[in-house]
Amino acid sequence: MELSDREAWTVIHGLLAGTLFLLAFAGGLAGLWSLRPGFLSPAAIRERMRRLYVGVWVMAAVAWITVVSGTWIVYPWYRASLAGDDLSGCVGAQLPSATTCSPRDFLLSNVSGRTSSWHEFGMEWKEHIGWAAPILATAVAFLVTYYGPRLIPRTWLRVVTIVMFVAAFAAAVVGGAFGAFLNKVAPIV
Amino acid sequence: MQQDRETVPEIAELGLAERPDGPGAAAMLAAGIGLFALGLLTVLNEASTTMHDWLESWDLDRGVGPLAGKTTLAVIVWAVSWIVLAIAWRGKDVDLKRWFWVALFLGILGGLGTFPPIFLSFEAG
Repeated sequence: MELSDREAWTVIHGLLAGTLFLLAFAGGLAGLWSLRPGFLSPAAIRERMRRLYVGVWVMAAVAWITVVSGTWIVYPWYRASLAGDDLSGCVGAQLPSATTCSPRDFLLSNVSGRTSSWHEFGMEWKEHIGWAAPILATAVAFLVTYYGPRLIPRTWLRVVTIVMFVAAFAAAVVGGAFGAFLNKVAPIV
Repeated sequence: MQQDRETVPEIAELGLAERPDGPGAAAMLAAGIGLFALGLLTVLNEASTTMHDWLESWDLDRGVGPLAGKTTLAVIVWAVSWIVLAIAWRGKDVDLKRWFWVALFLGILGGLGTFPPIFLSFEAG
């Protein structure tokens, strides 16, 4: 039972941060959804808001940790150009290697089936759209903190806040889902 | 500008003062501007080799490539626009709905700019 440094970072970037993000999203969505007129007593509103503030800011913080660690720590290992311009370093490879065939090289070389579209579509989309998650999550965290219980009588504003919250989650889902698939097809080793 | 406000007894009991919508609109619009910047930079990176090289120069020799410039600049644009808008609209009531729709439009454009079939179609020959 051992993880290399690279594997440990992929676990931190994807599994730990991803799980925390999912938990924070579920709690935040339930909290936002229940901020409806007639649902909660004043005491319950105060108690609910404290949890909601923590939940939305945790979600935003985790989103930032995920994209920064992904872009600046994990991604360079993925995209390193190790196999040469003709990708000959990947010939005969069953999996990427840390010295001769990076995951990007491996996918583009198609030595293990038609894998190039995993990079050209999956990775290209994931690496960009993932950054929408922390931007939107931070905006939502601010809106929830700024308006607080005032969201209850303002249905339109609450719905818009939920839309932004779900959009942040959707961006993270694209990043997370393609991250999981890519790590299956071409793991960072 | 809070036309969508209902009368809710439990909120009245909390005795909360109203808050102007300027700061809320600033947060929404800045998010839209940040996402638009991300999409625009992603497209420009494909369309221009000069832009590609400049965006790549932001990677501090970490091997991140042009993604470093695209994401760092988008975050800077987002943060600066939020600060500027927050200062400009501090304590003011603005039309929150109008600015949300503007932000949504910018956000959708930005999202489209990060979709590979779209930004790769701008690839410089």
